Amino acid sequence: MTPAALSLEGVGCTFAARDGTPGFTAVRDVTLAVEAGEFVSIVGPTGCGKSTLLNMAAGLLAPSSGQVRVFGEPLAGLNRRAGYLFQAESLMPWRTAQGNVMAGLTFRGAGEADARALALQWLQRVGLAAFGDRYPHQLSGGMRKRVSLAQTLVLDPDIILMDEPFSALDIQTRQLMENEVLELWGGAAGKRPAGAAGGRKAVLFITHDLDEAIAMSDRVVILSAGPGSRVVGEFRIDLARPRDVAEVRSDPRFVQLHKAIWDVLREEVLAGYQQQLAKA
Amino acid sequence: MKATWRLIKPSRRNLRAWQLVLLALLFLAWHVLTVPGLLPHFLFSDDNQAAFFFGQPLKVLDRIGHWFFVDADIYKHLVVTLWETVLAFGIGTVLGLGMGLWLALSPLAAAILDPYIKAMNAMPRVILAPIFAVWFGLGVASKVALGVTLVFFIVFFNVFQGVKEVSPVILANARMLGASRRQLLRHVYLPSATSWVFSSLHTAVGLAFVGAVVGEYLGSAQGVGYLILQAEGSFDIDTVMAGIVVLTVFALALDALVGRVEKALMKWQPQAAETEKL
Repeated sequence: MTPAALSLEGVGCTFAARDGTPGFTAVRDVTLAVEAGEFVSIVGPTGCGKSTLLNMAAGLLAPSSGQVRVFGEPLAGLNRRAGYLFQAESLMPWRTAQGNVMAGLTFRGAGEADARALALQWLQRVGLAAFGDRYPHQLSGGMRKRVSLAQTLVLDPDIILMDEPFSALDIQTRQLMENEVLELWGGAAGKRPAGAAGGRKAVLFITHDLDEAIAMSDRVVILSAGPGSRVVGEFRIDLARPRDVAEVRSDPRFVQLHKAIWDVLREEVLAGYQQQLAKA
Repeated sequence: MKATWRLIKPSRRNLRAWQLVLLALLFLAWHVLTVPGLLPHFLFSDDNQAAFFFGQPLKVLDRIGHWFFVDADIYKHLVVTLWETVLAFGIGTVLGLGMGLWLALSPLAAAILDPYIKAMNAMPRVILAPIFAVWFGLGVASKVALGVTLVFFIVFFNVFQGVKEVSPVILANARMLGASRRQLLRHVYLPSATSWVFSSLHTAVGLAFVGAVVGEYLGSAQGVGYLILQAEGSFDIDTVMAGIVVLTVFALALDALVGRVEKALMKWQPQAAETEKL
């Protein structure tokens, strides 16, 4: 059996407190694997440590316990095979759209001309070929996300980590982007020689939007309310691909899955809400 | 009548013209209030005192004219003062930039040096001028040294702050894209700190001038500060004023130069309500 693209093995994360009090445990003992070419979503109430989990998968944060493996290899330092799509604005405002897309290529030692050409190609693919010389502040929120997407995908990572990338977008732009991501992800199968998973990338997608999670994923993992979150449920999404995120919502199977997952998630959301009230 | 008013009404268009009008009015007021015998004296006990204490704009302009065109004897002084200013500005900026980057990126060193930096910043550094004169002599070097101590801290604190305020998301993103430490410095920290640096450079230009002129004033054989000191010795207020005017004009010019560079380097920054004409 080939090793999973990304596996978290009993990882926990406790943030050290400065004043000697016991630290804050964001996640506790989470075990989760993403197979090569699989699209996995993590849903959970706000503040449940979803982003912490993703940061550990990226190697930006070292787990306090447990271990992260990337294609079977224990992860030390940054995860070089992963691309990360952040929730917040992550483009360098002092670089043009094209400059941003080619940044990763030049960081990794590609020639200026090659990087420029490849960046333009990816800008075309996300529909922004005419905007290459614009600075981020001259683009709309949706366009900036597309540039971020191109910036990540141009490096051809085997694993894509996404942290609520579309949460700041309006609902129409959001659905458009979701479909685009699915197309880019699914389309990779045809463009590359078929490997074990058809050249598709492994995706770990974090969201608080259950509809989005079900519409896009192969599998949805539910995280409990924090602190000390753990996995409390896992659902395989057996909807046919390719999907349209807007249309798939009226599929009877979608409704069924939504109800089943929401039954588990609701309690966690309520628990998280109670905790926030208690703190306030 | 209405049409004329529309033409001269203050607006973005005739901003420059209004600024010049204001300057002219200031000079006019200065002139009217100081020329002996033009107005009955009201503040001083005789007609000549206003001119004695405040100088007269026409004489000041005449002095400047003589300096630049008739006698043409200010150039060697001006060149010295400008050279001192530019050197102090350049050296202070480079040192402040380097030190700011270093300390912002190595928190331990910053923590160790913290009290010393605070002490050196709190110290009234102009008082170092006599010491620098002893160390470096009465030539250019002692003035540059004074200017550097003034410029350095302004730039240093701004770079330090600028680097600390780099967006952690942009930083994490650049790291995920594969940037090495050196690339982070070049492509993330430095550009991110530039807006802070430039806001400090405008202040720094003025302080570089302060360093040069105060240094000259305390002991020198040439420079505009020296000219002012000489004139003051003989109560020649017109010449003192002329020196101040010349220094101000050159400080403005240097500041405009910094502004020009800033505009070129900061073109990625959003302007307020920027629209594009199609």
